[in-house]
Amino acid sequence: MEPVTVTICMGTACVVMDGSRLVLLEEHLPERLRGLVRIRGERCLDLCTRRSAALAPFVLVDGEPLANATFESIVLRIEERLAGRA
Amino acid sequence: MAYPAQTTRIRRELLVKTATAIRAGDLPGRVDRFPLEMRPRRETALRCCVHRERAVLRYRAMALLGFSVQDEEDELKPLADYAREALVRGSRDPRLLTVIEEACGGCVRTAYFVSNACRGCADQSCVAACPKQAIAVRGGQSAIDPDRCVNCGKCKDACAFNAILRIPIPCEEACPVQAIVRGPSGRRELRHDLCIACGKCMQACPFGAVAEQSEVVEVLGALAAGKPMTALFAPALAAQFQAPLERLVGALRRLGFTGVVEVAAGADLAALAERLELEEAPFLTSSCCPAYTGLVEARVPTLAPRVSATPTPLAYAAGLAHERFPGVPRVFISPCVAKRREALAGAVEHVLTFEELGAALVAWGIEVDACDPGPADVQATDRGRAFAMAGGVAAAVGAQAEVLCGLGAETLRRLRLYASGKGPARFLEVMACEGGCIAGPCTLADPKVARRRVPA
Ligand code: FES
Repeated sequence: MEPVTVTICMGTACVVMDGSRLVLLEEHLPERLRGLVRIRGERCLDLCTRRSAALAPFVLVDGEPLANATFESIVLRIEERLAGRA
Repeated sequence: MAYPAQTTRIRRELLVKTATAIRAGDLPGRVDRFPLEMRPRRETALRCCVHRERAVLRYRAMALLGFSVQDEEDELKPLADYAREALVRGSRDPRLLTVIEEACGGCVRTAYFVSNACRGCADQSCVAACPKQAIAVRGGQSAIDPDRCVNCGKCKDACAFNAILRIPIPCEEACPVQAIVRGPSGRRELRHDLCIACGKCMQACPFGAVAEQSEVVEVLGALAAGKPMTALFAPALAAQFQAPLERLVGALRRLGFTGVVEVAAGADLAALAERLELEEAPFLTSSCCPAYTGLVEARVPTLAPRVSATPTPLAYAAGLAHERFPGVPRVFISPCVAKRREALAGAVEHVLTFEELGAALVAWGIEVDACDPGPADVQATDRGRAFAMAGGVAAAVGAQAEVLCGLGAETLRRLRLYASGKGPARFLEVMACEGGCIAGPCTLADPKVARRRVPA
C-alpha cells in the first residue's frame, strides 16, 4: 500500500504554539503503523498566516491540513486515510 | 514532555495577542477583550466554567503587563488601566513570579489521603503507626485530621490494603528551597525572600497558576516605536528554530533590534577566564547558572567559596554590547526566569524570554527561516555556542569534570560531597535544568528536538 505522507511544519508560528516535538512523530507511531507512514519536516506551510497562528501547530496528512495537531490527532487522521484506502 | 500542556498553549496564545496589540499601538483598547475572545461563551471549559477561565486569563494578562496579581486592589479595574500604567512606569517590579490565586487548585492540605479502598480493618495499623494521633477510624473507615498530620507517611506504609494514597503537591515538590508554601487561604504563596527564580514551580503546576511578571509592554513597545535597542541572545535561542543562526540574526533585525550580540561570545570569554582561574585553584564549580548558584547559597553554603569568580557569559556579553553600541538599551533574550533575575540585577536594561520573543515574531509576521541571513554584530565560536547544553561549560573549560543537571535531592547529595572536599572531579558543572539551558522554563522547542541543533 502507498504510505500516508505526513508533512510537519517546522516554521516559527508552529514552534511558538508548542509544535516543535511533532517532528518526533516516528517515535510516537503505534507499532501497527510503522512502515505505512512517510514523514517529512517542511518550512512554514503558510497556514499560520492564511488561517490563524492560534490554530498552530499545523501538519498536512496526504496534503490535507490538520490544525492544533498533536501526536494523537495525527495518528487518528493517518488511520482514517489508511481505512479509506483499504 | 511528550504531550502539549494546555496551559502552555493558553499562555502563548495570550502572549501572541498581547504582542499583536502592542505592535498595533492599541494594547489598552484591546486587552480587556482577550479573555472573552479566548473563551467565548459556547466553548467547553477546562475549569468549572468560562467565567472562571476568563478570570484566570485576566490575571494572566495582568502578570504579562508586569504586575503582581497579589497587588490587586480593585477587581473591577480594567486591564486597559494596567496597560496604560505599564506604558509610563519608570522601572519594573523586582518580583519575577506571581501566583494566580484563581488558578491555583488549592492542592490538598495534607499529602496523605485515605481512599475508599479502606476496609476499616480490625487491626487499625494506620492508627497505631501515626506518631501524632492524626488518624482515627470513623464510620467504618480511617480519616486523617489535616490539623495534626505532619506528612510522615507512616500510615501509608502500615496499611495492608494500600488504601492510603500520597497526593503530591507539584509546586512544593518541585521547589528546591521551600519558597512556595500554603497560604492562609489554602492557595499557594511565593516567599520572594527565599525564591531562587529557578522556575520549577511554574513548570510543575498543572493549573498554570504561577505566572511571570513580564516586561513585554516596555520592550515590544519600544521596538514598535522604532527606538534603537541591542539584542543579546542566549546560546540556546539558536536551537529553538529550524533555521541557520544567520537567519535568526536577520529575524532579530527585522523585529527592530538595531544591534545583535551573541551571548555565546561572552561564553567564549568566560571559558578562557574560568580556565585560568582553575589553574590556580584545586577545585571549582560553575557560576553561569544563577539558579544553581542560588541553590548553593541557600542549601550548601559551604560550597559557595568554590563557585567560580568568573563573571557569567551574560555579564561579559553585556560589556561587549556596551562597547559596540554605547548608550543603547540592551535586551537579553533569556531561556529562563533565573537569568531574568540576573540580567535585571544590573547586567542589562531589559529582558525578553524565548517565549515572549517567539510571540513577537508571530505578531510581526516574521518567519525566521525566511529572513535575510547576516552575521551578528558580535559573533561567537561554536565552543561558546555549546554553552546552550549541559556539558558545554565543562568542555570549554577543558578540565577533568563532572556535569550535574537538576536541583533535586540527587544533586544536593553530590554538592555536599564536593563541599566536604571529597568530590572526584576538578571542575563541577551544574545546570538547574535537565539537559541545560535548552530545557529552560521559558524556552519554545522541545529539548529533545533542540539538542540536535546545538554545535557539539
Ligand atoms: S509556521 Fe507552521 S504554518 Fe506557518
